[in-house]
Amino acid sequence: MTSGLVLFGRIALALGLIGLCAAPVLFSPAMLVLLTQALTMLTLAMLWNLVAGYGNVMVIGQHAFVGIGAYAFYGFAMLAGWHMAVALSAAMAVTLVCGIAVYAMLYRLRTAYLAVGSWVVAETLMLIASRLPGFGGGSGASLPTSLLRSLGVRAPERLSTIYILVLGMAVLAFGLIWALMRSRIGLGLAALRDSEEGAAVAGVNTRLVRAASFILAAPMVGLVGVLITLQKGRISHVASFSMLDWTIYVLFIVVIGGLGSLEGPIIGTLVFFLLREVLQDYGTLYLITLGAISIVVVLFAPKGLWGLARRKLGCDLIPLTHDPKTGDLR
Amino acid sequence: MTGLLDQIIQASLLGGLYAIFALGLAISVGVLKFINVAHGDLIVAMSFLMLTLTESLGLPAPIAFALLIPIGAGMGWLLQYGLFQRAASQNELQIILITFGLSVILQNGLLGIYGADTRKVTAGGIELASLHLFGNINIGVLPLIIFATACVLIAGLEQLLYRTGLGVKIRAIADAPEAARLVGLKVAGLMAIAMALVGITEAVSGGLMSIWTNFDPSSGSSRLLIAFEVVVLAGLGSFWGVLVGGIIIALAQTFGGMVDSAYQVLAGHIVFLILFLARPQGLFPKT
Repeated sequence: MTSGLVLFGRIALALGLIGLCAAPVLFSPAMLVLLTQALTMLTLAMLWNLVAGYGNVMVIGQHAFVGIGAYAFYGFAMLAGWHMAVALSAAMAVTLVCGIAVYAMLYRLRTAYLAVGSWVVAETLMLIASRLPGFGGGSGASLPTSLLRSLGVRAPERLSTIYILVLGMAVLAFGLIWALMRSRIGLGLAALRDSEEGAAVAGVNTRLVRAASFILAAPMVGLVGVLITLQKGRISHVASFSMLDWTIYVLFIVVIGGLGSLEGPIIGTLVFFLLREVLQDYGTLYLITLGAISIVVVLFAPKGLWGLARRKLGCDLIPLTHDPKTGDLR
Repeated sequence: MTGLLDQIIQASLLGGLYAIFALGLAISVGVLKFINVAHGDLIVAMSFLMLTLTESLGLPAPIAFALLIPIGAGMGWLLQYGLFQRAASQNELQIILITFGLSVILQNGLLGIYGADTRKVTAGGIELASLHLFGNINIGVLPLIIFATACVLIAGLEQLLYRTGLGVKIRAIADAPEAARLVGLKVAGLMAIAMALVGITEAVSGGLMSIWTNFDPSSGSSRLLIAFEVVVLAGLGSFWGVLVGGIIIALAQTFGGMVDSAYQVLAGHIVFLILFLARPQGLFPKT
């Protein structure tokens, strides 16, 4: 049984996806750039939500993996001269290995310690990146035009190629998270989100699912880093490891949209870009507003905007759970 | 050789400042059970307040500094009572998110009010005065005062927490908040008092930092990371360990800086990570 509102919501989601698929022919280049940014942020938000919202692993150092992905891609594609697709896969493998290493280092820490600990690791990696020989040091390095040309000879073609890649990445991330949440691990993650003690008592291997959420997210965040590098056409330790862009904004998106749900990051991204269009001329006021909104949301609606809407709707827009009686998706 | 000794002495004194940064965080981790991500930004806000008191209102530095302390206490009390306490019923994750939002608001608020320039407070010559020890080793009067302040604060907090009735109550809510409630302790009020103590350490660190080093609205993050590293190195509940942790980080930064100025901050982080991997429970855990 689904109400009219739920049906409306699902149709809106489907139309949105169709619109995104048709965007290269529908919209102007400027709009396409905006959509590319939005999908990039959406992907990061979905991945951070997987780790923090479901896995209860509160990381505020996610930007480290964006940076690792970017630098590894530059290293493989430029310094080693590998084909772009090989370099991209290799960069994801590097972030996977780094994800395992970082998790092995930090998993002992409890919530608050882990949060700041992951930040220390990110800061350390950023400083190391700024000293790496061959990567342009403190000022960064640009991708050569020959490499960018393989994405499209002229600028508009490049824009739509990168857009399609980013859209593919967002769909892939969503599909992976959806499939993961439908698996046994996902069931454990959902239990972990609702109550950590309850999950442990019910027999969920909390250490395993927590580790899985963190380690599986790492290579995807690395992939985001690669595509951000293609968008910007350059790497630099400041931009590739930017905490503001790849962690703080992402955190606000997920918190405002709704922690621990598939719909939350989507709603959060919409609100974030809407606010940005309205407030970006006000500089500091924009970030102050975001901070204030997120505090109010955490205090009064801990499940975010989607949590409020879900109370009205009574079920998820994106079906994830099974009806205990009939076994149907709902 | 005396050059090396000189560096070690200067670094140890810097460790005193780092210990004061970390003391407040040690209290909030130990008693209130959360890490205030805005801790560094609150310290920097205090430094800017010091700047306003001395430059715009023309107060002498010691008086401005004395004024900061009750302001810091009140600010800590208000934050706990008005904000963090409201999230206390939720999980740890939510309190971190709130302090994260607070950190962004503070950083950008300071940026809006004071601009992005690097600032420093002048305190009428005390920052330039130095004592001659022996050979060619001189130590600054200000770093010495800061180090002594760190020792006084640590000794005072130890006395307060382990020798007074208030300390017993605060330790009771730290160890077992539910049991403390059952025996009739006013947990919310005591937590606000603990946060007021944190506020005092923030005022002291902000006031002293403003005279000794440069600061700008974005300096809060690096101060938080230093405070965090020191607290983790020290281990839970150890205040004198905080002083040792501060000195270790300061020494690492100083030696890193001797190799190449770009390695200064990096060396602090790397030494922290190595020591943390070797002893995750910290160097002097009390529990």
